Amino acid sequence: MATPGATAGSTRTNRDHGMRIFLIWLPLAVIADLLIWFVWKPHIPPGTMTSSAEHQQFDIAFMAILCAPVLLFVWTYAAYALVNWHHRVGDDTDGPPIHGNAKIQATWIGVTAVIVLGLFVFGTVELIVPAGAGAGEGPAPIWQPNTSNRLQVQVIGQQWAFTYRFPQFGGMESSTLLLPANTTVEFHVTSLDVIHSFWAYQLGVKADANPGVDNIAYTTTKNQLGTFTVRCNELCGLWHGAMYNYGHIVRPAAFEQWARSMQLTQARKGILNMMPPYSLTYDPTVIPQLGASIVKIDGITGGAGYYYPPQDPVTP
Amino acid sequence: MAIEAQPGAGRMQPVAGGTENGRAWWMKPAVHTGIVGGIIGYLIGHWLGNALSYDYAQNALSDTNDVPIVLGYVFGTVGWLAGLGIFNDLGRLMLGKPLRDIEHAPVGGVAKYFRYTLDHKVVGIQYLFGMITYFLTGGLFAMAIRSELLSPTYHLMSSSAYLMVVGEHGTMMMMMMSSVVLGPFGQYFAPLMIGSKRMAFPRIEAIGFWLTPAAYIILLSGVLLGGFPTGWTGYAPLSVQAGPGMDTYAVAFGLMGISMILAGFNIIVTYINYRAPGMRWSRLPMFVWSMFTVSFLQVLAVPVLVAGMYMMITDRTFQTAFFVNQLGGSSYLYQNVFWFFGHPEVYILALPGFGVVSEIIPVMCRKPLFGYRTAAAGMIGVALLSFFVWQHHLFDSGINPDMRPLFMLTTELISIPTGFIYLVALGTFWKAKIRFTVPMLFCLAMYFNFLLGGVSGVFLSDVPADTTEHGSFFVMAHFHYTIMGGLIFAFMAGIYYWLPKMMGIKLNERLGKIHFWTMFIFFNSTFLPLFALGMLGMPRRVFEYAQNLQGLNVWVSISAFCLGGSLLIFLFNFIMSTLVWREKEVGNPWQSRGLEWQVSSPPPPENFEHIPVILSGPYEYGDPHAPPVADLNPPVGVVSAAYASSGAGLEG
Amino acid sequence: MSLPVRITALLVAFAAVVVGAAFIVVHYILASPPTVTFNASGGVTNVMLQEDPQNNSSSKPDWVSYFVQDPNTKKWVHTTLFSVPAGTTVHVTILGYDGCTPPRNNFWSLVQGTTDGKVSLSIVNNKGVATPTKRVSVINGWAGCTVGHTFAIPSLRLFIPVASPNAYDSANNLCGVSPCTSGPHAVETFDFKVPSHGGTFRWQCFVPCGGGFLDGNGGPMQTIGYMTGNMEVRA
Repeated sequence: MATPGATAGSTRTNRDHGMRIFLIWLPLAVIADLLIWFVWKPHIPPGTMTSSAEHQQFDIAFMAILCAPVLLFVWTYAAYALVNWHHRVGDDTDGPPIHGNAKIQATWIGVTAVIVLGLFVFGTVELIVPAGAGAGEGPAPIWQPNTSNRLQVQVIGQQWAFTYRFPQFGGMESSTLLLPANTTVEFHVTSLDVIHSFWAYQLGVKADANPGVDNIAYTTTKNQLGTFTVRCNELCGLWHGAMYNYGHIVRPAAFEQWARSMQLTQARKGILNMMPPYSLTYDPTVIPQLGASIVKIDGITGGAGYYYPPQDPVTP
Repeated sequence: MAIEAQPGAGRMQPVAGGTENGRAWWMKPAVHTGIVGGIIGYLIGHWLGNALSYDYAQNALSDTNDVPIVLGYVFGTVGWLAGLGIFNDLGRLMLGKPLRDIEHAPVGGVAKYFRYTLDHKVVGIQYLFGMITYFLTGGLFAMAIRSELLSPTYHLMSSSAYLMVVGEHGTMMMMMMSSVVLGPFGQYFAPLMIGSKRMAFPRIEAIGFWLTPAAYIILLSGVLLGGFPTGWTGYAPLSVQAGPGMDTYAVAFGLMGISMILAGFNIIVTYINYRAPGMRWSRLPMFVWSMFTVSFLQVLAVPVLVAGMYMMITDRTFQTAFFVNQLGGSSYLYQNVFWFFGHPEVYILALPGFGVVSEIIPVMCRKPLFGYRTAAAGMIGVALLSFFVWQHHLFDSGINPDMRPLFMLTTELISIPTGFIYLVALGTFWKAKIRFTVPMLFCLAMYFNFLLGGVSGVFLSDVPADTTEHGSFFVMAHFHYTIMGGLIFAFMAGIYYWLPKMMGIKLNERLGKIHFWTMFIFFNSTFLPLFALGMLGMPRRVFEYAQNLQGLNVWVSISAFCLGGSLLIFLFNFIMSTLVWREKEVGNPWQSRGLEWQVSSPPPPENFEHIPVILSGPYEYGDPHAPPVADLNPPVGVVSAAYASSGAGLEG
Repeated sequence: MSLPVRITALLVAFAAVVVGAAFIVVHYILASPPTVTFNASGGVTNVMLQEDPQNNSSSKPDWVSYFVQDPNTKKWVHTTLFSVPAGTTVHVTILGYDGCTPPRNNFWSLVQGTTDGKVSLSIVNNKGVATPTKRVSVINGWAGCTVGHTFAIPSLRLFIPVASPNAYDSANNLCGVSPCTSGPHAVETFDFKVPSHGGTFRWQCFVPCGGGFLDGNGGPMQTIGYMTGNMEVRA
């Protein structure tokens, strides 16, 4: 025989239970939120080296502050239920036949909908304000930084290293990435073979590198000098795990000097003219210097001599 | 309504006894003949593939040839199915011979589990043993991954072996675990829970099972071919570039996809047409709702995967250039095709977990399920919305920037119906009388784990924060919490809850509690630090990482080994209880009102002697005036009358 | 089945699984080509490598492959794994027997990371006549048939284009039996320093020569023991 609660008595007891749960939850939630904001937030990855990193740090802190009370509510309620409402030895009766409560269900649905839609608005704003939040926006970016004074860096992903081309410095290419402080940077990420992903961790930039596609991401470096890590973030074959390099944010004058000297050295050695002209994507089967008379076999499968013009004695 | 008021009428009358029973056991079609058929099929396919492609220039240059491998596997699978006797009835029909009476032929003992059988309960047990095998194999690969990740500098295995192990682990799990609840429990209990004597299409159900060992063996054989370097997602163009191991991935995933489509289709038809009289939609157990919605996902989303795998195979063998930018295709096409399947796939994984726990908690709380309609709406909402969120896997890949707020919205919205499951659970706990049995412990752990997993999903859906989190160990932690912490814990709850019903044997309770506590503690200690690792900059699928992350990685690896140990405890408990100790448990140990518990354990061959008439829902605990759940011996003529009045024809 | 039969069957099945798993782990997961060990004398470690258009020691004869010369036996070993002592200058000689293919990114035609930014280069033709050794800082693979492969250790920022035999020899007289001991080849030498702390450094080629694979980066390019490997630095 079940013993469901009586009407008046259970209403008081219901409110009691609810109030107790609320009173346990509230201080826990407040403490958690304060800890998150004051203790954890300054250390939240990816740091504050650039504007996009800083915004991501804020986003994660904000969402943590929103989610911690939700987690704590479920945990508090569940713990309260498990402690108070567990089966007592010798009591083989059933619990009260409560099938539902329209008000509770409606409140729950309403509150979750408000939280979720609020997060959507927040996320959209945070996406637009930092000019795309460091994420790759494709070839036609909508959210761009306010300034047109941008350093352009092309990130070329190939199996298995990143190289960087600077069109504003004669198209010089480098296997290391230096960036000036206090500058808006426009990354053009592309690939020569399979899908890679340019993840500059402390810069808060991540953009996939697809062959034949120009994926643009923005960030603005701040006053903080230092080293950052670039890792490949999309499985690209055997050495994906080893496809990383370190980059540095240096003073603008030091950057100028480095870039100019690289440009001059490469011009002097002749390599600057040997590389293809700077372009937003590269078709690696087209070698401009060899012109249009390229003989290809099976499209793009390599093989000795099949790339050179027929009059060259190499081609069979 | 296709209830068999006159069973057997309308079908060809079987030959009583037949010559089936007179033959020796090794002459009847079973696994051994299937293996023979598979080998013969493989050899034929291999020869055919060579004949078709021997003069391809790319094969001469690469010293590999994918066509014989693919055709060998496909023909081998057909041979395996033929050797099992799956096409025998088709052949008899075409030749005008009477069908063998397989359903009623007395096959006893263990042999029937190695045969093609039309009894959905036998298929359910076959699935159970199969799924446990597949899960533990995937787990062994995970142990290898964590061994390699103990050190960022000392490498236990070569980089290509590591990628092979990563791909095998991920694919084995994602492929197989999509049926881990639907196979053993869905197929077993689908008819029992709705009051039917059979599934709508027993042959399709059996084919769905027998495809899984083929997919398992094909995927494992990738190890012999050097593995595949793409992980479980198989992104082109890397998958087009990869060596022959990649074909095993494509074929195995394709076969498993066909198995899922068949199983889903079968369940939809069974639930719509085979419900007993009185089994209204509002009286269906929540587990049935979850199987029903999952089946729609399988039928609608999985064909896209099979198409994608097929396109990948043709790209690799015949240079069709669907996915290759350089030849005119698009690498984005693969990502979109794959994730259009991939996102419903993860809900195929999650929804059965919801169904199992929502089924078990009313029994253990001795209270009705709080908000039955809300729970059903949650399942339907999740299933519907899951088709509209897939581009959140592509936020950083260079898609049209307009798409990202849109998919952020849909992804955030899907957390609303997911939250309904928690509303229902918390409401069921209110003033309940919670019994901490082993199934209930696993259910509670499932809710705890899935909460962490789901909330981390909210972090991932926020596009700006996703810039740091995408493709990192944060995602790893998120999906392990939802899939392993959610689905697998629910599976464990289901095993401990339903094994007495399925086999009449109970699992050892003390070992069960040890298994639970070790699994729960070590699961959390393994996967909780992964959130931190991801935020600290460690990408997925790497064998080297920053030096300062080694401490965390060592902690995670050791926890993972202990987690493996807890699963060995489970395996020990399962094997010993079912094969050696065999403590009987006949009856209703959980005092459940579920319809499946009203028949004997294990159920009789026809499930019910007579089609029952359902009198009330399964969750009416605590109400002294609630009628029993069903009348198992309705007066003669009641069933026919129920259907005559609805005007629907009877079968036969 | 009776209890002893069931237990026996269980034990047999368990043993089969363990043996099977152990076999797979040992033969497929932990397997690797041999490592050639080099020692230093006077702070300099001498390493000899060659790359061939094919290899006759595997089931993939059309795959281009590097070979390492064992310093003691002077035999060419079909491997790409070698180890050198830490804190030394590594003096590398590469014999390039394979014909030419343009690098995918011509930036790799620039010599980077050697002690003076240059390599010493001489091309030996089919008759064994060598061109005079020159110090060069660029070998332009896009101007004609000049570059066969590269040797690169990206984490040490060492990128070396490896020259190929001249255009005519590349088309007509390439060595056909590996490891090559005769035939037209390029001889290239360079020095670089290894760090004083130990570690494993992957090295690879950046010229896509995996014939029959998409982008030419499959097959030998992605298989350890052919065109990519590890240099272990022993502290």
